[in-house]
Amino acid sequence: MNGPVEERRQHYLNVNYGLKSWLLTIDHKRIAWLYLVGVTFFFFVGGLFATLIRMELLTPQGDLVQAETYNKLFTMHGVTMIFFFLIPSIPAVLGNFLIPLMIGARDLAFPRLNLASWYIYILGGVFTLAAAAAGGVDTGWTFYTPYSSIYSNTHVALTVIGIFITGFSSILTGLNFIVTIHTMRAPGMTWFRLPLFVWAHYATSIIFILGTPVIAITLALVAFERLFGLGIFNPELGGDPLLFQHLFWFYSHPAVYIMILPGMGVISELIACFSRKRVFGYDFVAFSSLAIAVLGFLVWGHHMFVSGQSVYASMIFSLLSMLVAIPSAIKVFNWTATLYKGSISFDAPMIYALGFIGLFTIGGLTGLFLATLGVDIHVHDTYFVIAHFHYIMVGSAVMAYLGGIHFWWPKMTGRKYSEPLARLAAVIIFLGFNLTFFPQFVLGYLGMPRRYHVYPPEFQVLNVMSTAGASILAVGYVLPLAYLIWSLRYGVVAGMNPWKAKGLEWETASPPPTDNFDVTPIVVHEAYAYGEAESQAVYPTGKPANV
Amino acid sequence: MSTLGFPLFPEQASTMAPRVDQLYYFLLGVSVFFATLILILIVAFAIKYRRRSDDEQPQPIVGNLGLEILWTVVPLSLTLVMFVWGARLYFITFYPPSDALEINVVAKQWMWKVQHAEGRSEIDELHIPTGRPVKLIMTSQDVIHDFFVPAFRVKNDVLPGRYTTLWFEATKPGAYRLFCSQYCGTQHSGMIGYIIALEPAEFQTWLSGGAAAVPMATAGENLFRKLGCISCHAANDTGRGPSLAGLLGKAVRLQSGATVTADENYIRDSILEPQAKIVAGYPSIMPTFKGLISEDGIMQIIAYLKSLKREEGAQVKK
Repeated sequence: MNGPVEERRQHYLNVNYGLKSWLLTIDHKRIAWLYLVGVTFFFFVGGLFATLIRMELLTPQGDLVQAETYNKLFTMHGVTMIFFFLIPSIPAVLGNFLIPLMIGARDLAFPRLNLASWYIYILGGVFTLAAAAAGGVDTGWTFYTPYSSIYSNTHVALTVIGIFITGFSSILTGLNFIVTIHTMRAPGMTWFRLPLFVWAHYATSIIFILGTPVIAITLALVAFERLFGLGIFNPELGGDPLLFQHLFWFYSHPAVYIMILPGMGVISELIACFSRKRVFGYDFVAFSSLAIAVLGFLVWGHHMFVSGQSVYASMIFSLLSMLVAIPSAIKVFNWTATLYKGSISFDAPMIYALGFIGLFTIGGLTGLFLATLGVDIHVHDTYFVIAHFHYIMVGSAVMAYLGGIHFWWPKMTGRKYSEPLARLAAVIIFLGFNLTFFPQFVLGYLGMPRRYHVYPPEFQVLNVMSTAGASILAVGYVLPLAYLIWSLRYGVVAGMNPWKAKGLEWETASPPPTDNFDVTPIVVHEAYAYGEAESQAVYPTGKPANV
Repeated sequence: MSTLGFPLFPEQASTMAPRVDQLYYFLLGVSVFFATLILILIVAFAIKYRRRSDDEQPQPIVGNLGLEILWTVVPLSLTLVMFVWGARLYFITFYPPSDALEINVVAKQWMWKVQHAEGRSEIDELHIPTGRPVKLIMTSQDVIHDFFVPAFRVKNDVLPGRYTTLWFEATKPGAYRLFCSQYCGTQHSGMIGYIIALEPAEFQTWLSGGAAAVPMATAGENLFRKLGCISCHAANDTGRGPSLAGLLGKAVRLQSGATVTADENYIRDSILEPQAKIVAGYPSIMPTFKGLISEDGIMQIIAYLKSLKREEGAQVKK
């Protein structure tokens, strides 16, 4: 393969040009790019809010912004990061791009629905941004009643309508993935030959379609109580404020697994490729994803141990929360065992993956503290909780997302990014992240409550450390934005399979043609057949697709 | 203060604190062990099996059932220990000793109002004796708040429309921070205060100090007359409503056939939503007192009804 041939070859990016060709595309690969632009935008918006929060917390006094503004900042930070960045990030960008490629299909089952999902996502985002522009919302991303439904005089209704709308984009994406994985696998691509990335997205999709309607209805009820005075959660009208918490967490705890399961799928791919070995205990890793998806629906009450719920309910939720830790532990051990006797290289995606294992281990273990009833009564609603879920949702999920973006960047763009800069960014993010969030575990055990605009002076040293870490982290997040954009034009042409990775997506050209494969592959090997010399599939024409 | 310039652990000032800390240390130990194990394995493998030439191809390993069982069973057993240990502590925090000193707390945006049975009330401060269990009966006038005392390692949400309880026993005198830890609006971080733990004798002195205060039960009795409760709820069962003497803690049979325990929540509901739970054998004629009585007032009436209980069915004073 040489440069000039690459330039002339038609692929999904150069098949046509112009804004219209993008905004009306039904190619899953182009829709992935639309999502990439969307989630990147919301990531930096949410990051801006986070920056202001950390600057305010540099001193114990409320001296940078007023209390009302501070409350809006952490609310908008949570809302944008969770609903508009983390939930769609890996599934809608990488999942969208890769699932058809990985299973040997030409597109998702419902390409138009896929495009509709993106428009719904953007419409929801517009509502939420409009709420922010109109003055913001101050309830916290958890919208606890009766504060959100009665007392807050900020733009609650507009915000929850935005989230309500965006939920449909998740539901449709989940539906699309499930149907695609069931019906569009290439000949020979049996369930147990699927890459673990696909298994993780299958599990995530189940949560999407079962959980999202519940949050949509719950937030609609908040809006109804607020706008029409229906007594659902407000005790003065005969409602029950705890009912809201049950409904909210019934979705929002599984939503944590929406954010982390796809990341786990990415990590399985990265670890396998960069140690050139099949993932140790494939079946266990695959089924642990499903176990997490199912058990994840049964643990919501662990957010409510001090809420006034029944003591016996709390005990059952505590026990089930302990159980959901086991499939996560299984994954970590299997990834570690995959390294054993491997051929390990330290390209940037692998640095992200190893960083992920470290941060996820800490995030997972500290989750046990919160599931343990006797300890939760002390650390609940403190910075310990903040630190814990940032280790999972930022430390782990964003590391996995960035690792995945780097890994498949050559496939998506046909170009390579700057490897030294990418390694540097991965290390900066890992260090900055730990400096930001590790002190918050200590702060939490000392008793600093979350969502405090002003805090007692004895907590300042740890807060200064955290803010210092956040500024390092910010550098780490801006750096990839710069060199990845640069690589679009100036990057070295990557070729079909720069990592010598296994998997159908590496058996088609980079960037792939619009139809992904010129000839439908017939899969003859398991996933991660790194011991095998030949490719995973054979092609009826006798040669790999499109070379 | 540790040598680091900031503390790593909060002060232990209640009977609960060392027990929570013990479990915390156990969890910390398990976590450090596993995190270190994973770290060592990753670093060791990363060094030992680093790629030495670009065309290197290691032998594939499918998996190992024995290892899978091992790393399922060992973490599972440890988490079950955590569960049982944690649940035991949780149980303790849920059931206050019967001899606990009862203090009423009303939360509102953004302050804590405290009423002692003897009549003293305070704002954003709570004076308690050391060496004696204290039970807080709490409610909110508006949104959900949370009563959190880090030095005691306890917290519980304070909800509108119902009572929740929290108990602790301070072990040493001092002033300990009180935080609202459930986000409650603009001045959430200003909804803070102090728990002042005093030696029992000093506490008694404090209790009898201040402006001449009306004990809660007396204030409740006054309300009981003023609102006209007494015209139906006479001491003996001659009124149109049931007698309330000795009611608290008793089982009450309702017209619906259900039996409920007459606790603080039951009294509160019966004052505000009297039609919801009608006592068997009585007509449903009581009007609601919603809007006519404050949360503090309801607590005073409950204190009064409790005082009737102690006198074991004594005559309601006319």
